[in-house]
Amino acid sequence: MLEIRCPWCGPRDQSEYSFGGEAHITRPLEPESLSDQQWGDYLFNRKNPKGRHAEQWCHSAGCGRWFNVLRDTVTYRIEKIYKVGQAPGTGDREG
Amino acid sequence: MNTRRRPSGGRIDRSRPISFSFNGRRYLGYQGDTLASALVANGVRLIGRSFKYHRPRGIFGSGAEEPNALVQVGEGARTVPNLKATQVELFEGLTARTINGWPSLRLDLYGISDKLGGLLPAGFYYKTFMWPRGWWARYERHIRKAAGLGRAPIDADPDHYDKRDVHCDVMVVGAGPAGLMAALSAGRSGATVIIADEQSEFGGSLLSGTGTVSSQPMSSWLAGMVEALSAMPEVRLLSRSTVTGYYDHNFLIIDERRTDHLARPDPRVSRERLWRVRAGQVVLATGAIERGLVFADNDRPGVMLASAVRTYLNRYAALPGRHGAVLTNNDSAYEAALDMQAAGLDVTALIDIRQRPAEGLLERAREAGIPVYPGHAVCGVRSGFSGMTDVELCRLTASGDDVLAYKGSVPCQVLAMSGGWNPTVHLHCQSGAEARFDEKLGCFVPGDSVQRARSAGAAKGIFDLGGCLADGVEAGRMAASAAGIAPAATDIPFAKMQEAMSIEPCWELPDGLPEGRGGKKFVDYQNDTLASDIRLAAREGYRSIEHVKRYTALGFGTDQGKTGNINGMAILARELDQSIAATGTTTFRPNYTPVTFGALAGRGIGTEFFDPVRRTAMHTWHVENGARFEDVGQWKRPWYYPLVGEDMAGAVARECLATRKGVGVLDASTLGKIDIQGADAAEFLNRVYTNNWAKLGIGRCRYGLMLGEDGMVMDDGVTARLGEQHYLMTTTTGGAAHVLGWLERWQQTEWPDLKVYFTSVTDRWAVVSMAGPNSRRLLQTLCDDIDLSAEALPFMSCRQGTVAGIAARVFRISFSGELAFEVNVCADFGAHLWTTIMEAGREYGATPYGTEAMHVLRAEKGYIIVGQDTDGSVTPGDLGMDWIVSKDKDFIGKRSLYRPDTIRGNRKQLVGLLTDDPEVRLPEGAQLVNEASTDYPVAMVGHVTSSYQSACLGHSIALALVKGGRSRKGGEVYAQLMSGEVIRATITDPLFYDPDNALQKT
Repeated sequence: MLEIRCPWCGPRDQSEYSFGGEAHITRPLEPESLSDQQWGDYLFNRKNPKGRHAEQWCHSAGCGRWFNVLRDTVTYRIEKIYKVGQAPGTGDREG
Repeated sequence: MNTRRRPSGGRIDRSRPISFSFNGRRYLGYQGDTLASALVANGVRLIGRSFKYHRPRGIFGSGAEEPNALVQVGEGARTVPNLKATQVELFEGLTARTINGWPSLRLDLYGISDKLGGLLPAGFYYKTFMWPRGWWARYERHIRKAAGLGRAPIDADPDHYDKRDVHCDVMVVGAGPAGLMAALSAGRSGATVIIADEQSEFGGSLLSGTGTVSSQPMSSWLAGMVEALSAMPEVRLLSRSTVTGYYDHNFLIIDERRTDHLARPDPRVSRERLWRVRAGQVVLATGAIERGLVFADNDRPGVMLASAVRTYLNRYAALPGRHGAVLTNNDSAYEAALDMQAAGLDVTALIDIRQRPAEGLLERAREAGIPVYPGHAVCGVRSGFSGMTDVELCRLTASGDDVLAYKGSVPCQVLAMSGGWNPTVHLHCQSGAEARFDEKLGCFVPGDSVQRARSAGAAKGIFDLGGCLADGVEAGRMAASAAGIAPAATDIPFAKMQEAMSIEPCWELPDGLPEGRGGKKFVDYQNDTLASDIRLAAREGYRSIEHVKRYTALGFGTDQGKTGNINGMAILARELDQSIAATGTTTFRPNYTPVTFGALAGRGIGTEFFDPVRRTAMHTWHVENGARFEDVGQWKRPWYYPLVGEDMAGAVARECLATRKGVGVLDASTLGKIDIQGADAAEFLNRVYTNNWAKLGIGRCRYGLMLGEDGMVMDDGVTARLGEQHYLMTTTTGGAAHVLGWLERWQQTEWPDLKVYFTSVTDRWAVVSMAGPNSRRLLQTLCDDIDLSAEALPFMSCRQGTVAGIAARVFRISFSGELAFEVNVCADFGAHLWTTIMEAGREYGATPYGTEAMHVLRAEKGYIIVGQDTDGSVTPGDLGMDWIVSKDKDFIGKRSLYRPDTIRGNRKQLVGLLTDDPEVRLPEGAQLVNEASTDYPVAMVGHVTSSYQSACLGHSIALALVKGGRSRKGGEVYAQLMSGEVIRATITDPLFYDPDNALQKT
């Protein structure tokens, strides 16, 4: 079970969180102008990297806030935790 | 009476005799015994039968590594199967039974399979019983009985279990020499420490050893050490506590057994406690487990690990035999030989596989009068009725690969053998780190740690006491320091240092006979895996150790191959002509030893703590008035209210008719309710709903459809505008939490600029829905501050006022197609509101109705239920609800409505179905086909989503999703049932009652 540091509540067990998948997927501003291919990419295609992954987590059994985590999918090491809207990998390194 | 007990010594308390029973016979042991040690002391050698060949088996080890001595302990609901006798502490009145052997241990009819052994190679069951197809079920019962392990209790568990979550700076696993010193040095520095050990007492190898530490006898040094640790307030000592799993981010699970060692446990104390530990740093001082040697008939009762023999002699003062031999490929077994001789267990031969053991060792053996046979091996075992009597001795060739000469037999009741030591790397590997094969030590040792952890002592491949004590001090100091605590100095206790332990790894001893001719050479005792099975697997093409494991069963079972795995891997490596390092180990997974379901569940059982039940404010009234309930999510909802002698169909028909003709009353409290406020609330609703919310006036309501970004219907409900920036959204009962999360996620991650706030108020409001032509009159008797007329309170509007004397919100919305009002009050007054309405309603024929009647009424109107008439693959267009999809604005999922797949012509569409016979009701879920054909396969064109007998209409009705259904109105489909019956139905509009929607607007 991972230990994740909620930016608002501090370190908590993974069981308090829900996983939101890949972060930094911005909803297109004008969906109607996109081709089927482009809309399909936004909707379905994800990087699924082996290694460093920016992803969304929500402290759903706590404060209910969403935030971003930069995590290695091989070692499960959490490198950065930063707020929604911040650039990928912003902030101090995690322990 | 304990014929094999030494007169003095050991850690047993001879002043506290204990009576216990094994296989129905009574025996005596002492406080401090395990079941195994007490059986050894009573001269009991035959403990069980093996899994596959039903060979007699005795005690082999002395702890978690034991493969043979599995027992069923206790009776009735508290019985536990498949415990290792070596880990069962003795208590007064303990009863234990052998788990294998039918009809009895001594007369085992399945023993025939041993004689047929050549016919039962690896993969035998897969190869033999998988044909004819489908017969496995018939064979399996007999195979399971023959192979049977213990029996699980049938009755409910009468005990309780609990869990604790803890943090610590340093978690020390194992309280042997290294673990104790690590805890002491970390504790002295001020770190919070947990030290856990699976045994009843701390000490590890010290409990079985002889000699001194810091010039004190081992036992008194140990006592002082435990006392010193106990005196440290920040050090928590957990005995009988197995660290069973090491997970990510230094999360460890400890299974503490609290009462299983007691004759009369206090019922207030939980039987087991599961500790969930988040550790800053971990020290793995898990020790090492001796491994056996693979030779002919090496499973006979009396063949034991040398370390186990030492443990029985020194810790339990029990003699596993009158005379015996030692077989080894390394130095450590010389200690066992000397201890045996000293204890009066005559050593008839010390058989050392190595040609040239160290001279110092030979001299010590000679001084003790032990005959040593270097360059020799055991090539066979002679057994009597209850165990071995002699071993066959042979001289090995210089290479050790073959027999040079047979040397006759040596009397031997117990053979103490050592094939070397395997560091217990299980937790290290569970943490994600690798094990590395050390050629010099002949074993896998921990590779680099990948979490905040370090191994210490024998777990790291340090096999002498002095080295373990020193390494423990260092590990504790480093752990404290890594946890950010300044380490304090700790003296290293003095113990005799040893030369590096010498070993010549040996994975299988020759017997000079061709494969299959000599005695069976067991690699894994619990699974009856032979050396020849592993070779066979290799010949049949298996290369990966993981596959060989699954083909031969090597390393499965309750012991997980703790003594045999490495031998098996090495035999495979040799057969494949590759190194052991290249062959590798199988994956070490939690749990280290078996954990009971009770411990895993803890208090989280039943409807109180595992799956809580939610009840509405009116629940008591429903119960008192005979409601049958249905579960909707966690909610208990009244399903129908049968009168005396009335069946479900009768009750539902009565409730429906009463609603359509008079007034029906429904507890609608469970609908999800989300309070939405903020300057941008309307804009937000515009983005999450398919329709337009910009112009909804205060005091008005609107139905909304919510889609996923994939364009599929996700939820629906009515949202009311209560104020300038204030909305109340309702959701489906089951979708409430999901919808709230959905809204929060979009607001927080995508549109943080929108000022809007969401609050779940589902439980705060009790809701009573009144539907039917009399609903207005009924409500008027209870409400005098709201004008309920059609003009003042039109359909789809709401007002605040007072109902039954309580502040209320009144919504004029309808899920039945009738004139209807929903009254929301503070949940605390829900029961009062309900009973007041029911009393006032008597003169209007007010009838309570449940969810079933609600479903019938809405289906008559063709109103969908998300999750019943939709399944995550249905668009608004499929439902014929394009009227609610705005063309003028964007919303979540809109772009997906123009994907090629969502605009194709033959999508399944919602239609109504009418059967030819009005009394015949289509089963929900029935598959629909175009022709009543038995020429399979038949193309399926849809399925029935909802189906009811409509009392108001006098015939059955159904809703269905049918390919291209809307263009097929008036056409036919056939429902093909599992029974073979075929029902014809006509496709109609999904709207059966009041097609003009006039009634709800009256």
